Order: sequence, then structure tokens, then C-alpha cells
Amino acid sequence: MQIKLSINGQAHDVDVPAASLLVEVLRDTLALTGTHIGCDTSQCGACNVLVDGVAVKSCTMLAAQAEGAAITTIEGLGSPEALHPMQQAFREAHGLQCGFCTPGMVMAGLEIVRKHGTRLTPELVTHELEGNLCRCTGYLNIVKAIVAGAAGMEAANA
Amino acid sequence: MRDFALVRPASLADAAAAFSGGGEAAYLAGGHTLIPAMKSRLRMPDALVDLSGLGLSGITRDGNRLWIGAMTRHADVATGATAIPGLAALASGIGDAQVRNRGTLGGSVANNDPAADYPAACLALDALIETDRGSHTADDFFQGMFTTALADGEIITRIGFSIPARSAYAKFRHPASRYAVVGVYVADHGGQWRVAVTGAGPGVFRWAEAEAAIAAGGALPAMPADDLNSDIHAGPDYRAHLCGVMLKQALACLA
Repeated sequence: MQIKLSINGQAHDVDVPAASLLVEVLRDTLALTGTHIGCDTSQCGACNVLVDGVAVKSCTMLAAQAEGAAITTIEGLGSPEALHPMQQAFREAHGLQCGFCTPGMVMAGLEIVRKHGTRLTPELVTHELEGNLCRCTGYLNIVKAIVAGAAGMEAANA
Repeated sequence: MRDFALVRPASLADAAAAFSGGGEAAYLAGGHTLIPAMKSRLRMPDALVDLSGLGLSGITRDGNRLWIGAMTRHADVATGATAIPGLAALASGIGDAQVRNRGTLGGSVANNDPAADYPAACLALDALIETDRGSHTADDFFQGMFTTALADGEIITRIGFSIPARSAYAKFRHPASRYAVVGVYVADHGGQWRVAVTGAGPGVFRWAEAEAAIAAGGALPAMPADDLNSDIHAGPDYRAHLCGVMLKQALACLA
């Protein structure tokens, strides 16, 4: 079926089976491979993207369900030269080891800021991060990165 | 997942017509149970009828009932069901943040997973489940594991919860799925108590002995283990014990 998608501010017209998951279209049709498939069972959050600013697991959503919405993937946040404050914080706080979960963790960080603002505590982040798994178990620095990234977003907007 | 025809009706009548258009059909609400089931080929519908275009979201209060549209997301119930703090708290404990941004009240209730949270709230809050064909009381609606009073193709439109004087839900969560190993919802309807248990048995059920004991101010009963679930997570004796613990926890945080 024909699906019109708006991804990172760019319009895409794709012709894919109705059964295509959003993450499949992102990765396989549009080559936006920053969004990862970890568990493929709605547990790990590696596939998190923002749909109209709200974090969802793109392995558990049909691409057709995203029609008409504004989708943001990790590619839409920053550039290698100018990282988004949340990305920059992951770099500075060593918030990644193998890096596989990182795109989903960054998106989860943005979701936490959307719901709770930019002044976060490690306790709140730990609680809110329950839908994301890091198989390297590098959670301590991930939590530090999200707290710092949120503060960085506030500073960038100041 | 096997391919299917996706139908996006703009009215309840069109949705029902699409459902009975031939072949196996399924309604798509939030998709957070159905899509995983389709990925693992437990479900292989020929047609998927998307209910997102029917305007079935939103929360309104009418007298002593809080009406929540079937397509309302868990995250919106968590922040919007302020008239029933216990229900809002229940919604905030379903799955994880991303799941709550997609999963819906109606989808959960129609599926009637024996470990789901909302069926316990429906029973304890004496809910009315409205559909495109009429209305069901919660007491009649839940008929055991994945079985409800819904006829083939019947669509839940909204659910009306009786606003209690106080209520609370306590659950012992499975640490990975966050489904209830045991969950107990307790509601005080002005001295009339309703206690509903999910996760423990083959379907959600009311705990009459607990209701009577609370109303009488007597000692809380023990749950018999006879008919309770047994799986790799917990045996019936442990689940029976958890029923008592969750009951006490819910009673301790009534709001």
C-alpha cells in the first residue's frame, strides 16, 4: 500500500506491504538505520522513535499507523558536527558501551524531558527508563547522561 | 508477519461492516497486544480494521461516572483520570512509558488477558462497558481467560467507571512484562466494597470474602489456592499468598 510519512521534516511516499512495521520501513526502505531492532518484542526500546513528539516502540507500530504524524528518528536530532544536547551528554558521560541501545536511550531521554522538564533526578530517570534495556548494563552512566542532557537542553534554550 | 488488508473506517458502522467483510478480521486499537501476536503468527487476520479514526478517545465525567473512550491511551488515563486516583495510578503502572503511549483502555478490556490490569479496575469500579450495540456490566463482561461478553465484531466505544469514595490498586508485577503476577483493586463505594483480583486465576474475579470482611471490619480472609494459576513465574500457593499481600497493600494506600 502507498503510505505518506513525514520523517525528520522530510516527506516520504513509500509503497510497502500493509504489514510493514514502522521500524522496517525506516531501516529497510528508507535506510535510516540509526533506529535499531533489539528484541523485536516491545521490551528493549532500541527502536524508540518520536511520533508527534511522543516516544513509541517502532517495532510495535505499523508504518501505516504513523501516516499523518511527524516522526523523529535519531538521524533527525543532531549532526556529527553539531550533536543534540542529549547526544552530546551521552558522549561526555560515557553513556554508551557497545552503543546498540543508544539511539533508543537518547529518544527515551527526550521523552523524559517532554514529561518532566529539564531538571531531572537520577531516581526519576531510573524509574522512567524501565522500557529500555542496555545489555552492557551501563545504566549508571546512561542515567547520568540523561540528567546532564536535560540540563544541556535547558542551557541550549536559555 | 503475514500481510493483510488494512481498512481505516471513518464510522462505527463502516468498521463493523469491514469486520464482517469476509475472511478473518481483527480490530486494531493500540496494537500492543495484537501486533506482537501477529508477529509471532499467533494471529493471522486477513483484514485489520483500524479504530483510530472513530473519535473514541477522551475522558469525561457525567455525574458519578467517569467515562473513558475506548481508544484512550494508558498514558492519558494516567494523567487524565484524576477523579479516580487509583485508576490513574493503575494506568501509570502498565507496561513501560513507550507502551503506555500506544496501548489503549478498550484494547486491553476487549482482550481480557487474565494478567491485565484494567479488568480488575472495571470489576472493582462497577464499570459499564458501552459498545456499538449496547452496554455490558463489568460483572457480566469478563468470562474467563481471553473471553468476554462481546459478540463477534462488537466494538467497545467507551467505559464508564463508578467514581468511588476511595480506591487503590496494588500489583506484584512480573519484572519483564510488567503484567500482574497478582493484582488486587479495592474500591470503597460509600461503605459498599468491591475487590477484584487479576493475574491469580484463569480470569479476573471478585473476591467476595474480602469484600464482606472489609465491610464488616473483620479479619481479612486467606485466598484458597485451589483454582489459581500455576506457571513458571509462580505456583498457586504463592499466588494465593500474594492475593493477601496485595489486598493489604491496596487497603493501605486508598485514595
